[in-house]
Amino acid sequence: MREITYRDALKEAMQEEMRRDPSVFTMGEDIAVYGGVYSVTKGLLEEFGDERVLDTPISEAVIAGAGTGAAAVGTRPVIEIMYVDFMTFCMDQIVNQAAKMRYMFGGKIKVPLVVRTQGGAGTYCAAQHSESLEAWFTHVPGLKVVMPATPYDAKGLLKSSIRDDNPVIFIEHNLLYNQKGPVPEEEYLVPLGLADIKREGEDITIITYSSMVSVSLAAAEELATAGIRAEVIDLRTLYPLDIETILQSVRKTGRVVICEPDCKTGGVGGEIVSQITEYAFDYLDAPPIRVAGRDTPIPYSPALESIAVPDKNELTKAVYRLFGRKVES
Amino acid sequence: MKPRHLWIDLFQQMLLIRRVEEKIRELYTQDRIKGMLHLCIGQEAVAVGAMSALRENDYLVSTHRGHGHFIAKGADLGKMMAELFGRRTGYCKGKGGSMHIADIDLYHLGANGIVGEGLPIAAGAALAIKNILHTDQVVMCFFGDGALNIGAFHEALNLAGLWKLPVVFICENNSYAISMHVNRACAVEDIAKRAESYDMPGVTADGMDVLEVNEQVDLAVKRAREGQGPSLVVCQTYRFLGHGRNPDCSTYRTKEEEQQWKQRCPIEVFRDRLIQKNILTQNDVETIEADIVRSIDEAVDFAEASPYPAAEDLEVDIYA
Repeated sequence: MREITYRDALKEAMQEEMRRDPSVFTMGEDIAVYGGVYSVTKGLLEEFGDERVLDTPISEAVIAGAGTGAAAVGTRPVIEIMYVDFMTFCMDQIVNQAAKMRYMFGGKIKVPLVVRTQGGAGTYCAAQHSESLEAWFTHVPGLKVVMPATPYDAKGLLKSSIRDDNPVIFIEHNLLYNQKGPVPEEEYLVPLGLADIKREGEDITIITYSSMVSVSLAAAEELATAGIRAEVIDLRTLYPLDIETILQSVRKTGRVVICEPDCKTGGVGGEIVSQITEYAFDYLDAPPIRVAGRDTPIPYSPALESIAVPDKNELTKAVYRLFGRKVES
Repeated sequence: MKPRHLWIDLFQQMLLIRRVEEKIRELYTQDRIKGMLHLCIGQEAVAVGAMSALRENDYLVSTHRGHGHFIAKGADLGKMMAELFGRRTGYCKGKGGSMHIADIDLYHLGANGIVGEGLPIAAGAALAIKNILHTDQVVMCFFGDGALNIGAFHEALNLAGLWKLPVVFICENNSYAISMHVNRACAVEDIAKRAESYDMPGVTADGMDVLEVNEQVDLAVKRAREGQGPSLVVCQTYRFLGHGRNPDCSTYRTKEEEQQWKQRCPIEVFRDRLIQKNILTQNDVETIEADIVRSIDEAVDFAEASPYPAAEDLEVDIYA
């Protein structure tokens, strides 16, 4: 199979859906003439014209609000918010408007809005351009939250998000744009709400997503040499959560660690651990643990940034401890 | 300006809004309607004058003080009342209430509980119309003077002006955002001047005169429909009652001021004008009143006889 980058996979998803459905359009800061600060939308303006590919002023509230209004009258906008950190400007439109509209209006309206954004640490951009804010959006009924880790999933999930009739927060990771992976030439979709077992194993379940998937897979590889067979579950969609896949795995392994890039307190992992203990407590051989981002803004200095989010060593050490093995601290 | 035979319609609609609002107030006082309540008594000429410039398939984006807009858009009183009563037969199956009432079938994109946040939505609906749907629909977006200083106002007007979107922004300037006078809140006194920054016409209309509102808004709607872009119409009006549940306005405005505005009641003044011009007789007025009272009573009966949502409705309609 051919291999393409995460960036090109996303671009292909946009192109295919815009060709397929004339009601799909996209707008955001620097996405048209410039092609997007991460070049995901490069070439769309030339192919689809300036009615469907729009450069907006720096006005995140109206980008989100106009996306919401356009979705409410029957079109399928894909808006780009340059950094997830800038979603703070959009919060009323996302949380009070887009997410609640269908419910407040008695189910008579659809809001098929996709908010494409990206975030995460690892690029030395410090506290205002590096955060992992996904947990905020999982807490809002009415939103779906998607975070792809591979080019294959990025394309299939973005296409499904565009076809979905609900507001979807689609969070890309800036460290993944240049990553290559197999993506078929022929069309496919990856359904929302379905996790993917990226590696099978019998001894422990590692639950992860986005940039932490490759970290977890590398850790699983190392653990295998130490005789620990780890199963790695890539959530892909954080809400709705595929709890069934998680529970099935935990019932098999009896041990679970969540590897997540966001701040530990109030993060994505807390909810998952809670559901596991609620629904599969009797299957657990050890307390579920979280290997998560520290409760700190992301610092600038490479010396600090690198320890603010989990890495392979931190994850493998946590697993060894869970198995009662000695680790150098 | 509307032809004379339509003037009676305008009068009827304003009176209907007034009587509905009075009934809602009564029901609220009796605790039969719950929650928050923002009545538009005194502001009827803005709702009716503006809405009567629209076609049926033009969009409305309303506010927390939005009963009048919706009635002028053609709301079914029974379904509206049922919504206020929190019943399953209401426009939003009882889940929205007064502040979030909407009906996409009537091209109503919703009242809104968040001040000023309807403006970006209106800009977006207009963008979809212009760039994607390619129809000649227009979006009418109401907001109070309280929305003038929120970021969303400026972002939405800029985008609409920049892209020449088919939207009409109507500021219902009743001078008070709860207690805050507009002149204590805005750096400029003449609100319509704001339009200059966004390259659109800005006009001020006497919001107590339904014909003047209609005339100004009609021009703005025509401009929008013909592809000439948005307008800002500031309608000077007055809310005769308190902001919400608290009827006491004494801390921020005087009785004299209230009296002066009440003497300019948009409905009474227009009624007298119609009678004076022999368009309407006192008898006609009484017949209209009687019809209105009957239709409101029927709406209340329908609402109160309707079932509440069932417990299993709680988690329905969160997702499509």
